[in-house]
Amino acid sequence: MAESRQTSGRSHGWMGLRRGHQARPLEWLGEKAILGVSLSAILMVFLIFLFVARESLPVLLGLADSGVYHEPVSLEEMARMPRGELADYLDLSAAEMERMDEATLKLLMEVKAEEIAAAPEDKDARINTVSWPYLLLPHQWTGYDKPEFIWQPVSAIHKYNVVPLFIGSLKATLVALLFAVPLSLAAAIYVSQLAAPRTRELLKPAIEMLAGIPSVVLGFFALIVLATVLQNTFGYQSRLNALVAGIALGFAIIPVVFSIAEDALTSVPRSYTQAALALGASKWQAAWKVVLPAAIPGVFAAVVLGFGRAIGETMIVLMASGNASIVSWNILDSTRTITATIAAELAETVVGGHHYRMLFLLGTLLFAVTFASNLVADLIIHRLKARLEGKA
Amino acid sequence: MDVQTPQLHFEPGEREPELIHFRAKSRDWASCLFTGLTGLATWLILGMLGVILVNILVNGWTGLSWRFIISNSDQDMFDVNKAGVLPMIVGTAARVILMTLFVIPVGVTTAIYLTEYARTTSLLTRIIRGAVNNLAGVPSIVFGLFGLGFFILFVGGLMDRSVLGGGPEPRWGKPAILWASLTLAVMTLPVVIVATEESLKAIPQGLREASLALGATKLQTILQIVLPQAMPGIMTGGILSVSRAAGEVAPILFTGAAYYMASYPKALTDQFMDLGYHVFILSTQSPNIEQTRPILYATVVVLLLLTFALNFVAILIRTRMRKQMRALH
Amino acid sequence: MGGSLPFSASAGNITAKGSDTMVILAQKWAELYMQKNPDNKIQVTGGGSGTGFAALQNKTTDLANASRPIKPKEVSACIKAFGKRPTEYKVALDGLSVYVNNESAIGELTLDQLDGIFTGKIRNWKEVGGGDAPITIYSRENSSGTYEFFKEHVLKGKDFAASAQTMPGTAAVLQAVAKDKNGIGYGGAAYGEGAKHLKVKKDETSPGVEPIADNIANQSYPIWRYLYIYVNPDLDKAEIGAYLKWIRSDEGQKVVEQVGYFPLPKNWRSGS
Repeated sequence: MAESRQTSGRSHGWMGLRRGHQARPLEWLGEKAILGVSLSAILMVFLIFLFVARESLPVLLGLADSGVYHEPVSLEEMARMPRGELADYLDLSAAEMERMDEATLKLLMEVKAEEIAAAPEDKDARINTVSWPYLLLPHQWTGYDKPEFIWQPVSAIHKYNVVPLFIGSLKATLVALLFAVPLSLAAAIYVSQLAAPRTRELLKPAIEMLAGIPSVVLGFFALIVLATVLQNTFGYQSRLNALVAGIALGFAIIPVVFSIAEDALTSVPRSYTQAALALGASKWQAAWKVVLPAAIPGVFAAVVLGFGRAIGETMIVLMASGNASIVSWNILDSTRTITATIAAELAETVVGGHHYRMLFLLGTLLFAVTFASNLVADLIIHRLKARLEGKA
Repeated sequence: MDVQTPQLHFEPGEREPELIHFRAKSRDWASCLFTGLTGLATWLILGMLGVILVNILVNGWTGLSWRFIISNSDQDMFDVNKAGVLPMIVGTAARVILMTLFVIPVGVTTAIYLTEYARTTSLLTRIIRGAVNNLAGVPSIVFGLFGLGFFILFVGGLMDRSVLGGGPEPRWGKPAILWASLTLAVMTLPVVIVATEESLKAIPQGLREASLALGATKLQTILQIVLPQAMPGIMTGGILSVSRAAGEVAPILFTGAAYYMASYPKALTDQFMDLGYHVFILSTQSPNIEQTRPILYATVVVLLLLTFALNFVAILIRTRMRKQMRALH
Repeated sequence: MGGSLPFSASAGNITAKGSDTMVILAQKWAELYMQKNPDNKIQVTGGGSGTGFAALQNKTTDLANASRPIKPKEVSACIKAFGKRPTEYKVALDGLSVYVNNESAIGELTLDQLDGIFTGKIRNWKEVGGGDAPITIYSRENSSGTYEFFKEHVLKGKDFAASAQTMPGTAAVLQAVAKDKNGIGYGGAAYGEGAKHLKVKKDETSPGVEPIADNIANQSYPIWRYLYIYVNPDLDKAEIGAYLKWIRSDEGQKVVEQVGYFPLPKNWRSGS
């Protein structure tokens, strides 16, 4: 706290001094350039949102159509058809339509007729599966016994229900939080309040070392070692499941939760502890009853950030979760998460197709969720610091 | 690695009571219990970290040989006796070095603005800080989507349509090492900004005032007095960003990593093979997982040694810097 | 086209992209061909059959390796991109095996039973003559050609059971089945150790056929497919044309056998 007050004081001093030494014209330009470059972080966040959302926009706005059935149009009819309708029929954009010559159009018509001939007789063939009701609500598809939430994008009828993926992501994230939060909070209390200063100097970087393990390595460890060990211990059915993925995810978020909680606990003024100890409390009592309550918003922020990190983690869940898109809250079932779905499926999709757009839509939602959790955590920490500063 | 191994053999029960006796005045059982429990949690985390590292090192050591590191996979990347990781090391190194060329100038400049120019209370500063924090929390796979949507399809597409393009075949609008590096640069921007800021704040105010008092302008002061002093911090930021980026796989999945390539990347528009991606391929797509296990573990060791060595150096520099800062204030 | 531009794909530089199943095969072809024709530089990458077609459309690859035939959608995308249907070459045969754990009591299944198991209609081994235990299904990611082939030919287009775990590669499927007493999975017949390859019966009355080389080559084993290479017809000349011809020659087909797939019937090969 003392540090940040000093910063603000210093900053004003800097500004004050500046008046005496006017920048030369070139330097003025340089300083403007510095300001310009420093806006890049804002620009990037904006561009990320813009360009990820842009690719998913047709689905978001309900403009995409994934229906697989069309009435076939013969070559004779083609000549009479309005250009716009023909373009729709052939999935051509207006610009593409401009460039097409007659021969290419004929060829496209032929292929389209083959496609229609090959399409299965299916009562669902006319459904636009990327419209919101089919994305969110269960539907009884051909061949299924009851209405179900189905994510089967590569299929005669493309089924894009996102519910299994959301449940999968939440399930793995919850396991990760249940595993990581108690451990990291306990460790944060111990390291910041109870450990001897010298042990502390060693413990903090050692735990933060965990952040240096790439997530693909954690995924590898979960897949090759952890999955086998856990299955042998508990003897459950499917080797790769939300439990295995969640524990490995937990490893990934321990350093995040720990660092932020530890920071929050350390930023509580020393005088609080000293006062408690002077009144006869033990170190533990001071930490538990005085320091922790004062820092609780920071601890909450740590959990929120841990949540954001866990739900956005990709390689671990891709490798260790089993990736079955089922609706089940059982953590011993294998699960398919949003991130793993994007990673596994995007490379195969046709740019601009509805599968491609659906995956970008998932990305947009993911971005929105993590953006919100970051923002919340940021505000909480900001307030906490301000409050502790004021009281100190 | 030196930091973790001793802690593996450490018995939690031994030291806790000492701490209590030394520190606390009252000796109620709850205090003992909870101090013990929190301590246990701490050592449990370190123990698990140790188990992971020891498992990887023990299993990986046997497969690791000089030949493995310096040979390429010309023959067969799944053949235990012939496979090598040199192309992946080269690819990973190339993409992170390229990344630092983009991220360090931008990150350092932003940090300079935040510490030297911005008023801490202004709205703009708060928005910039918010954006930096947010950027740090964006999921890596979203960076991958961004790299594809923005760099490859938009920027690359524009370049192809301009004079830079190479006729009907896209030259820029396809996965390439350039786009992977740029995507990673955006991702690691917060790392560089935060580390540089910290080191800039550590420089005593007196130095700046002295420089100004001698008639230097503000920009001169920053370039000639402040920045040289902040070098260790900038280096820390650079190293940390490299270490973070070296192990990331998700952002490069769609922006440049190749499953297999017979030659090294030679141009900015080439794809590349990558250590982390190779770990993914070996652990999920090898034709015989039992047979290729030694090269899988060995590849993991190479990747871990790389990222940990970088991290370790960064932490050393930072610890020293923090001590200096404390001494100065 | 790009011939006049100095930086378009230079002569003798061939790129092949697509099916992961075919990466090793394609790589071996490339190596042998480059040894014989040192002027050619051939670069092979994987990613899946769909990736190959996408790259063919985007003109980022010369050859698209595919473990399934091209779909009408992909054909029209190609026509949009270069005005022609891509040329299809069948370059090898591949058999798909159904794997079960070595300890499993099951030795053969009919195509109908496989259909039932993989779509989730049959959930217990006792329904197909095994012990009383639930069936665990291991499938592939929907980006793989193997996934689509199995879905098309064994499930007849129906969806896989939602409870099927999806694995990123055939090896992962094999490993999972090797470790799971109740597991069942599918993948290339050339992949092998660790699990039992089931005999497959066309129907209740026909005999079970083992997925071995002869049975696949003479097509008596029911689950087999072609492996393909697709090319933009404009490019199918000079170096690329020669390379494609060589792949389908006796010499190229010998490589197919070495890698563990099955060569084209003699009368389909190109004379060289």
